[in-house]
Amino acid sequence: MSLSITLTLNGTERRIALDDARVTLLDLLRERLDLTGTKKGCDRGQCGACTVLVDGRRTNSCLTLAATLDGARVTTIEGLARGDALHPVQQAFIDNDGFQCGYCTPGQIMSAVGLIAEGTAGDDPERIREGMSGNICRCAAYHGITLAVAQAARRMDNDPAGDAA
Amino acid sequence: MPDTHTRFGSSSGQPATRRDGLAKVTGAATFAADNRPEGMLHAVYVPAAIARGRVAHLDVERARAHPGVVRVMTPADHPALAGDPDDKPTRFSFRIEVLQDDTVRYAGQPIALVLAETIEAATEGARLLSPRYEAEAPRTGLDDNAPFDVEEPGFGAPGETVHGDPEAGHAAAIHAVEVTYETPPQYHNAMETHAVVAEWDGDRLTLDTPSQALAMSCAAYAHLFGIPAENVVLRSPYLGGGFGSKAIPSGPMVLAILAAQEAGRPVKLMLTRRQMFGPVGHRGATRQTLRLGCDADGRLTVIDHETLAATSSFEMFLESASNASQGLYAAGALRSAHQGVRLDVGTPGPMRAPGEASGSAALECAMDELAHAAGIDPLDFRLRNYAETEPGTGRPYSSKALRDCYDRGAEAFGWSGRPMAPATMRDPDGTRIGWGMGTAFFPSPMFAAEARATLRADGSAMVETAGADMGQGAWTALAQIAADGLGLPLDRVEFRSGVSTLPDGGVAGGSGHTATAGGALHAAGGDAIRRLGELAAEQPDSPLFGAGNAGFEAREGRVHVAGDAGRGDAFADILARAGMSELVGSGRASRPDADTRDYAMNSHGAVFAEVAVDPDLCQIRVRRLVGAFAAGRIINPRLAESQLMGGMIWGLSFALHEEARHDPRTGRIVNSDLAEYRVPVNADVQGLQVLTVHEDDTHVNALGIKGVGEIGITGSVGAIANAVWHATGRRVRRFPIRIEDLLAPA
Amino acid sequence: MKPFDFVRPATLDEALAAWRPGTAWLGGGTNLVDLMKTGAMAPDRVVDVTHLPGLDRVEVAADGGLRIGALVRNSDLARDADLLARAPMVAEALLSGASGQLRNAATVGGNLMQRTRCPYFMDPESACNRRDPGTGCDARDGAWDNAAILGHSPACIATNPSDFCVPLAALDAAVEVRGPDGAREIPLSGFHHLPGDTPAAQTELRPDELIVALRLPAGAADFAAHARYLKVRERTSYAFALASAAAALRMEGGRIAEARLALGSVAAKPWRVAEAESLMLGQAPDEALFARAAEAALSGAAPAGGNGWKIDLARRTAARALGLAAAGTPARMPALPASPFGPAEVPAHA
Repeated sequence: MSLSITLTLNGTERRIALDDARVTLLDLLRERLDLTGTKKGCDRGQCGACTVLVDGRRTNSCLTLAATLDGARVTTIEGLARGDALHPVQQAFIDNDGFQCGYCTPGQIMSAVGLIAEGTAGDDPERIREGMSGNICRCAAYHGITLAVAQAARRMDNDPAGDAA
Repeated sequence: MPDTHTRFGSSSGQPATRRDGLAKVTGAATFAADNRPEGMLHAVYVPAAIARGRVAHLDVERARAHPGVVRVMTPADHPALAGDPDDKPTRFSFRIEVLQDDTVRYAGQPIALVLAETIEAATEGARLLSPRYEAEAPRTGLDDNAPFDVEEPGFGAPGETVHGDPEAGHAAAIHAVEVTYETPPQYHNAMETHAVVAEWDGDRLTLDTPSQALAMSCAAYAHLFGIPAENVVLRSPYLGGGFGSKAIPSGPMVLAILAAQEAGRPVKLMLTRRQMFGPVGHRGATRQTLRLGCDADGRLTVIDHETLAATSSFEMFLESASNASQGLYAAGALRSAHQGVRLDVGTPGPMRAPGEASGSAALECAMDELAHAAGIDPLDFRLRNYAETEPGTGRPYSSKALRDCYDRGAEAFGWSGRPMAPATMRDPDGTRIGWGMGTAFFPSPMFAAEARATLRADGSAMVETAGADMGQGAWTALAQIAADGLGLPLDRVEFRSGVSTLPDGGVAGGSGHTATAGGALHAAGGDAIRRLGELAAEQPDSPLFGAGNAGFEAREGRVHVAGDAGRGDAFADILARAGMSELVGSGRASRPDADTRDYAMNSHGAVFAEVAVDPDLCQIRVRRLVGAFAAGRIINPRLAESQLMGGMIWGLSFALHEEARHDPRTGRIVNSDLAEYRVPVNADVQGLQVLTVHEDDTHVNALGIKGVGEIGITGSVGAIANAVWHATGRRVRRFPIRIEDLLAPA
Repeated sequence: MKPFDFVRPATLDEALAAWRPGTAWLGGGTNLVDLMKTGAMAPDRVVDVTHLPGLDRVEVAADGGLRIGALVRNSDLARDADLLARAPMVAEALLSGASGQLRNAATVGGNLMQRTRCPYFMDPESACNRRDPGTGCDARDGAWDNAAILGHSPACIATNPSDFCVPLAALDAAVEVRGPDGAREIPLSGFHHLPGDTPAAQTELRPDELIVALRLPAGAADFAAHARYLKVRERTSYAFALASAAAALRMEGGRIAEARLALGSVAAKPWRVAEAESLMLGQAPDEALFARAAEAALSGAAPAGGNGWKIDLARRTAARALGLAAAGTPARMPALPASPFGPAEVPAHA
């Protein structure tokens, strides 16, 4: 079986021939396109490590069949920074020590970008905690993650231009 | 941010951000399974669905016929290993399962492996093997097999220790409790599942695999494959969490390497989340009985702590939980004893604070129970039993600022406002509130490590040790120590780590990595500076000419005579005069036996918890968790705070969440995923506060470092459980504390 | 995962025509793809319906009710102004389920079809009458502590884990479906089946039918001022319920003119008991009344194994949800939707 899809991947249009309908977006990124920043933590939508943006919305790439994405716009952790300029969420994670081992971090950051875009949490810590609860961090850097998302939300609220992924 | 203890010109003590931070927030940090060498095959193994018995049939033909499948390895058909998988080539080795035969010893054991061109084909090929079994009744509960006495629970811990006369202690007690606590099997579940990418070139092996102990792992793999250890290159720049589970080579990793050898192509194996429940270690279940007594003034007459702990049917590692009662409280008599029980489970192993976490959980709850029985505030009770020297042995502590931890933690928390009686604090909306506390305690071991420091002609330096950053911040804290050893600013020091070809950085475990690898790096820097100074002392143009016997120090890229900062010379100038492009120093670190013998060395702390419990629905939420810790010298307060918080949240998880549940009929774990094996999510964590209390400790090691990786769990479990009791008046003696426990009629 | 044909029809008619035995409809995939990975579901053909036109809208019907397209994503529905104005507890239930990522993918139709979380159903190595008829039920006498307490049978003790369906049941929603024989409407109360002897027949939907919309009657809006969803769980978020309740009251002059109460995670379907609702009519809201209503809602409950505690918990949950509803729908969605832990905010230590 051969399926063909066209993706806009980190801003670049890619035509992809899928050899197998079973391929998830996560395994497409990691095992076929060498975009390994997106991580596999559970492969079942139970940890959030694989979070990417699909059409600007945070999504578990492990439960998304690649074949369903014809015409979609996908942003991964590799596509977040503008050249050397980190996205405010990336910078905030460094500033607030919002990670330890770093494995869940790409998913946390993409989830935070999605959460901020949703506009429902603002910099309210309790709403951020709830909004980020789909991203498990076994090192338990949650304190720093919450501070980081609040910092980035404030900064992006002041300077919304150009920061949306 | 906790206190910083900054010395002029020193990187240590500074809250530097992570040096690997940029790589980790951009996705550039390469974890093992991110590698995909040309021609690579994917391996997926079949986990046993029974816990005891044998594999009767595998549908190999069907699996082999699946498009993309290249090879199926089964007990009946697999290449031979050079080494015996029952051997123990290193101190930290366990017997492993590598398809030796068709016996199943626990659920989740690898029973076959499929190699395929894609991950999808390998996964389906493994499913198509559709194993059938001849099953025997599994033993997965602590009462399912006969207990046996234990001489050594694992890795040198004693099985039984007695100080004083416990029977006299019981007889002298005015207040006493005898309580039994149970802790469940827990699984590390690092976010990065175990993974390996193995590539052979003749008899040379390259591995990308997360390792907390690079040199030891190489030795173990070399033994199993019959090659010299130097033929193994193990790359482990980052670990996506270890927590003890990535220190010891496991069966699945060995199988993947074997498959790569036979296939003549690189092979990647990454465990599924479900496969994390079996062959890669866990914290075994315990049942602990504590008999504590105190006199009328609340002074402990005895702590008698017995543990029944699970191990596998074929290997020995127990939670040495009772030993947590040995070094902490000044009881008149102390007894710690262990029994084991063999179950059809994967071999337990070290999991963050092995022994101490389970033991502290029970001890701190039992202490709370006795304090209540004696009518004494729990903090006051602990202060009345404060040990000025190590109980039993009388050895001095190398340092112990626990009293300051109690004081500062209690003040920050507001402990003095706590009512003694339980079930008396409520929010205006009726929510029950409880406050509890516990003492944190963890030994400060040190292992052995080596390091190299290279001074370069441009005045910069490179330092190297095969250490491991699993999130604790080794890349950052070790570089800070190394910079200090060289007298260079942090940004002038290149830090290389995480590959086995570098000097042996030792084990990232036991909370001893910063002290050990840091000690070696500091020594290597000192060695390089000494060599550089001696070189300058021979150079007539150097201000240091003739100063060969004076001893040297380094600061800001200059060597100067010890105690005379005015007489010095720049690194770059000395090397330029000598016409050298670089100068290499080396160092090693380990603890002198005399210090180990003469001093008790531990980190200490005090944890205070506030919980909210819904009065009807009994759902629990931790509202505040305040920990004050004394752990010697803190190299990086930002990272240390994060690690201590992480440990405290592990304590929260132990108290309220984690438990693997076996189906009693099959022995399979029914909640082997992250939806039902619950670890805390972000919304479970609020109100965290960490304070650190500085200790100058000249005995623990040259740098005065004790380690902060594991202590955060200890104390926290008890603090939360005690707070739940204080909120509700219900004492739950089985972890985790669940809604149903609090609902049950009293 | 078993190989399958992947079909992506452009229209509803094409989709229906693409069906043959062994087909699974793919919406957001959050449940189906997961179950295909565990092996609990192994379709021969997957028909991706996510691009069918016209099914991704929330529309106000002529009678003032809502028609919610089957492909509306959970997160979009949860912030839909028309829904929030009429049935805020539906939004609260949606937001208490899963995670932000999963809600972005999960569809209305998919949520209605959500399978049980019984681990013995999800694990093909186990016997399960719901997954493989006639194999037995390993969940009985097993190690799962969250089984049904109502409506279970010797053949199956599974629960329906959906949060969304609980307030929908309370509000008399209906499911609009299309099949080869045309359109029909199924009341939500009859959409999910109790297991009886045939637990594999999980819903009233025939395999060749497709959900196209969900209808919320105009009368749902009468409860908007006093409607809450409450969910008890072992983790503050991102966990399935041990018990949940949707409670809605229409108040007139301080008395209850109409009452709705549905329970979640206690049976294979959202659980409603007419007696529990009717006994509140004309009464002033108070704790004793709600306790009686909750008692009635749990009448006939029986443990399936060692989960008798769930009966007590569900009763308490129902009573509390009624109390919360009586206190009034909050002006803003709570920070922790459906959580027993209210707005009492302890500042984060910074």
